[in-house]
Amino acid sequence: MSSTEQPVTPTNASPDFNPVPDFEVAPGMQRHLADARVNVELDTGDMIINLGPQHPATHGTLRLVVRLDGERVIAADPVIGYMHRGYEKLTEFRTYPQVTTLINRIDWLSSFANEVPFVHAAEQLMEIEAPPRAQYIRTALTELSRIATFLLFLGEMGLQVGALTPAFYGFRDREHVLNLIESATGGRFHPNFNRIGGLKDDLPWGWIAETRNVMKIVLDACDVFEDLVLGNEIFQARTRSVGIIPGELGASYGVSGSNLRASGVDWDLRRDGAPYLSYPELDFEVFTHPDGDSYARYWVRLQETRESARMVLQLLDKMPSGPIMAKVARIIKVPAGESWVETENPLGQMGYYVVSKGGTGPFRVKIRSASFSNVSILPWMLRGVYVPDVVTILASLYFILGDIDR
Amino acid sequence: MSDLEVLTTRVTEALGDCVIEHAEACGNLVLRVRLDSWRSVAETARNTLGCNYLSFISGIDWMPAPTVGLIEGDTSTPAQPKEMTFGAAGSAGRFQVFAHVQSTVQHIGFTIKADVDEAAPHCDSWVSVYPGADWHERECWEMYGVVFDGHPSLRHLYLPAEFEGHPLRKDFPLLAREVKPWPGLTDVEPMPGSESDEETKDEAVEA
Repeated sequence: MSSTEQPVTPTNASPDFNPVPDFEVAPGMQRHLADARVNVELDTGDMIINLGPQHPATHGTLRLVVRLDGERVIAADPVIGYMHRGYEKLTEFRTYPQVTTLINRIDWLSSFANEVPFVHAAEQLMEIEAPPRAQYIRTALTELSRIATFLLFLGEMGLQVGALTPAFYGFRDREHVLNLIESATGGRFHPNFNRIGGLKDDLPWGWIAETRNVMKIVLDACDVFEDLVLGNEIFQARTRSVGIIPGELGASYGVSGSNLRASGVDWDLRRDGAPYLSYPELDFEVFTHPDGDSYARYWVRLQETRESARMVLQLLDKMPSGPIMAKVARIIKVPAGESWVETENPLGQMGYYVVSKGGTGPFRVKIRSASFSNVSILPWMLRGVYVPDVVTILASLYFILGDIDR
Repeated sequence: MSDLEVLTTRVTEALGDCVIEHAEACGNLVLRVRLDSWRSVAETARNTLGCNYLSFISGIDWMPAPTVGLIEGDTSTPAQPKEMTFGAAGSAGRFQVFAHVQSTVQHIGFTIKADVDEAAPHCDSWVSVYPGADWHERECWEMYGVVFDGHPSLRHLYLPAEFEGHPLRKDFPLLAREVKPWPGLTDVEPMPGSESDEETKDEAVEA
């Protein structure tokens, strides 16, 4: 921001306001801020309302206490913990294979992707590696769960701005992907398919051909969403310049994944992190958007859905043959040590810091879930927005309550 | 020199005598720093080393969990360690806080640990350096009882405001396990017609 001209911000409008960090105000926000000043000058009273814990836009039990000045939010405080299940404590009382059952329930829309970093952390400590075929199948299923998660987002984001049709399309096309996951793993939502050292089963007959067909459906669906939602004038009016996250601020809050890439930060753990699964052998693009608003987050996720479908097709072409399990003892004992594994999950950076003391169960598991940090920026983001925009901002951040509360 | 060695040299040089010990754990650099330099380490990590991304802050309790209430021979619960041993880069006592910071530009990251006092654990807050530390520190405070000096509002995050105790400390019992042992030796339903089935029937009649 140039220091010579002072823009109208709530900070210099009244000392009573919560200080808003000094960031460049996007052109679309100017009228909001000017409006805010009128409210201050008229000395309208504040009102505190609860959004949630049960609210359609919160996908679960997230409660937002917002202080309103007219239609405008002047302070917001997310209250979480309604679904806290204490997984970090429970893992200390479980064996390693039992823990994967628990962590399926963290981000329940992409359960398979949750298992991967934990199993990988245990494998690192045991100094074993899953065979190449298992790695390829893991990668394919991770990308499929990413597609399933994002298709729901692409449909449901339309719902939050008042468009009902995309929601049906999203659910319809996601169903094909869920069927694929189910036919390979046996579980639609909680596969629990990863084993330390490999996978439970090989792929069923005909799965590869079926997956190719479904990927065509997914790619077509992405085109439909691009026309139907992104090209829609109302959608653009509701999302452009709404809920802007500056990239550097987002990073210091720990915002990750598509949310951070939509703020122009070119960082994807599949490409930039420690190599995991078969990503080093894949050819894929990482998408960023400079705007950082709700529209950018939708755009990035749409491109990533396409890219994931292309990655799955690549994986199917390259799928090696061979065993799907490494040699592992029947009772799994993990040598003492510490291991930190982070992966690029659909919602962002998912990491497990596993501390082992050489037993059959972990001593301490720190679960770093993406939505927790993604949502922690809400008090900053929601200042100065209108109430209807709160809903679109929540939807565009795309969090899963189980991933916040763990 | 491998990437990790280069990173280790760079980080230890930048942090200077704040570092007590450093170790490598499965390809991840772990540093143990002096508690009084906890905040300045974060500033150096962010401003000098370019680690602009805060992954997490949490705590760890190295005390072995007491096995009170666990039934002898119940193999469903993994055996707990009996002696206090420490992980990578060591520890001076029971409690530690640890954090992971990363750079989204240089694609590096490392874990920082610091020993905190056992009787009255406290350490400096990182909120002024990484705003995202807010929730992580609230969580660490309620789970381990580590007080973060300089945190704007240290209050409960997950648990109700009147909750007592710090659940992730090892001496906090997992009540579900103590009240009812996990399905294992004690929870097997007798086969119909077997001896134990007859016994339960008799007991039921007597009762």
